[in-house]
Amino acid sequence: MSFTLFIVQTLNGLQFGVLLFLIAAGLTLVFGVMDFINLAHGVQYMLGAYLAVMFYALTGSFVLALILALIAALAFGLLLEFTVFRHLYDRDHLEQVIATFGIIIFLNQAVKVVWGAAPLNLPIPEALAGTVQLMPGLVYPVWRLVIIASGLIVALMLYLLVSRTRVGMLVRAGATHARIVSALGVDIRRLFMIVFGFGTMLAAFAGVMIAPILSVEPGMGDSVLILAFVVIVIGGIGSMRGAFMAALLIGLVDTLGRSFMIDILRLVMPPSPARTVGPAIASMLIYVLMALVLYFRPAGLFPAKGRS
Amino acid sequence: MSMLAPAMPVRRSARTEIAVAAIFIALALVPFAAAYGAQGYILSLFVRVMVFAIAALAVDFLCGFGGLITFGHAAFIGLGAYTVAIAGAHGVTDMAITLPLAILVSALFAYVTGTICLRTSGVYFIMITLAFGQMAYFIAGSLAPYGGDDGITLPARSTLFGLAVFKDDRALYYVTLGFLAGAYFLLRAVVYSRFGRVFRGARENPTRMATIGFDVFRYQRIGYVIAGALGGLAGFLLANATEFVSPAYMSWQRSGELIIMVIFGGLGTLYGAIVGAASFLLLEEVLAGFTENWKLIFGPLLVLIVLFARGGMVGLVTSIKARLTRG
Repeated sequence: MSFTLFIVQTLNGLQFGVLLFLIAAGLTLVFGVMDFINLAHGVQYMLGAYLAVMFYALTGSFVLALILALIAALAFGLLLEFTVFRHLYDRDHLEQVIATFGIIIFLNQAVKVVWGAAPLNLPIPEALAGTVQLMPGLVYPVWRLVIIASGLIVALMLYLLVSRTRVGMLVRAGATHARIVSALGVDIRRLFMIVFGFGTMLAAFAGVMIAPILSVEPGMGDSVLILAFVVIVIGGIGSMRGAFMAALLIGLVDTLGRSFMIDILRLVMPPSPARTVGPAIASMLIYVLMALVLYFRPAGLFPAKGRS
Repeated sequence: MSMLAPAMPVRRSARTEIAVAAIFIALALVPFAAAYGAQGYILSLFVRVMVFAIAALAVDFLCGFGGLITFGHAAFIGLGAYTVAIAGAHGVTDMAITLPLAILVSALFAYVTGTICLRTSGVYFIMITLAFGQMAYFIAGSLAPYGGDDGITLPARSTLFGLAVFKDDRALYYVTLGFLAGAYFLLRAVVYSRFGRVFRGARENPTRMATIGFDVFRYQRIGYVIAGALGGLAGFLLANATEFVSPAYMSWQRSGELIIMVIFGGLGTLYGAIVGAASFLLLEEVLAGFTENWKLIFGPLLVLIVLFARGGMVGLVTSIKARLTRG
């Protein structure tokens, strides 16, 4: 377990955490403000990646692909909101789970039909494709740093948006007292639509940014979706700050756990069982963390104020 | 009306009895009809239907009667199945040992995880059951001696006191049917019992139940253990039916499918869970035979059912009937 490896894995964990935050932010907003469980949030991330691949093939420019993918993802998200989700807001959670599960099944297959089942990839923009030396002996891919930076910028923007603007104020109020906000004359439907569209774009943005280092394939949103739920539950549903902290925590715990669990176990047991047990514990680690958090703090680490 | 309210009032009505009798008679006759078709295929399909019906019954018991929406019930199926597979790998294939063991293991898992899960409620309960389901899934995937991610093939189907009772597909079919009937009547008895009334009361208003003097947590935990044990039973049967066990049995999509089955059949009816499991798996089979891209039809169908057919298939039939008798 060398120090450089530790730094590299910490950066990887940070990058993973930032990615989770981009997805969880939209999820927690939608969940917090509209009390709507959107399982289909993961497929928005997948769609973002696929759209970027498609637009890149058409335009040959990453920036254009990014912009077009975001616009298309937003349009698609709003279409879904208009045709399906809007009718689910006042249903109970179980019905929301089923209907959005149906959308996952549909979109995963639709993606397969349109783009094929084989994994696709998106090249890293040339200017950012190389590596950079952070310290003597520590070389790190620039693109991962770009992901971390863009995630942090989005987090800062979100913070300013939520805490300093009128829309943000309404969102915060809506998360805790949706009915009163509506009674005060705010068009809650429009607010919902804005929040939903925004969340969709964030998920798609995450998908586009990660596409160059992951393979773009059907079902890529499913595992990320579950992780994003873990994040918002640990962070406290509806809390943006909670989502940010929990996303970084999960990203770091998961990445570092996977890299070093075997080494840690070897301190207390012989190497051979450590090699067997290590990966199992590493992949369970975040779920254990979630169970622990919920056991001691049933409403998450940073419960949105006023929410029971 | 929310879907969480039972689609039908919880009481013994003649109509329910007829529906239940029809379901079980139809299932008992399937092997005779199967003799005229692709027997092996039809029998194995319906064994699968009944196995998932047992698990769906457990989920309906929790969701429909207890208001406890579990998103991790596939873990119990997996636990039951893995108990059979692991015991089999060590040469223990007699169901006199493996069946009680499978039920015990899943009941124990339900007791431990239930103690933690039931501290939370609502969305948090959904998520924490999901978390435990994922844990079980990853543990199974890391069991390298027992196949890891690839799963493991059973050496043989279970025996009973040395007799190869499951050798014949029909025998397996009728044993599964027997267990399904047992599970159904057990749960029905539980729902109607004093325990069941408290359990249902806790769904309606936990605070009031607690105020009257019931320890709601204890009742819910017992309910959770019953449902977990039934999941283990389903897993035992599934392992025997497929002679193969893999972590995929425990994936969160599986747990989601169990909920869909219950919704399909109509929540809080018990026999709806059997109807739901059958319609889900048969629909999947029919659509898959119709087109390779059956999921393109299946997904939107789920959305439509939620949007337009409250109370699932059973509710749909009831409302159509009501409309016909009114007109």
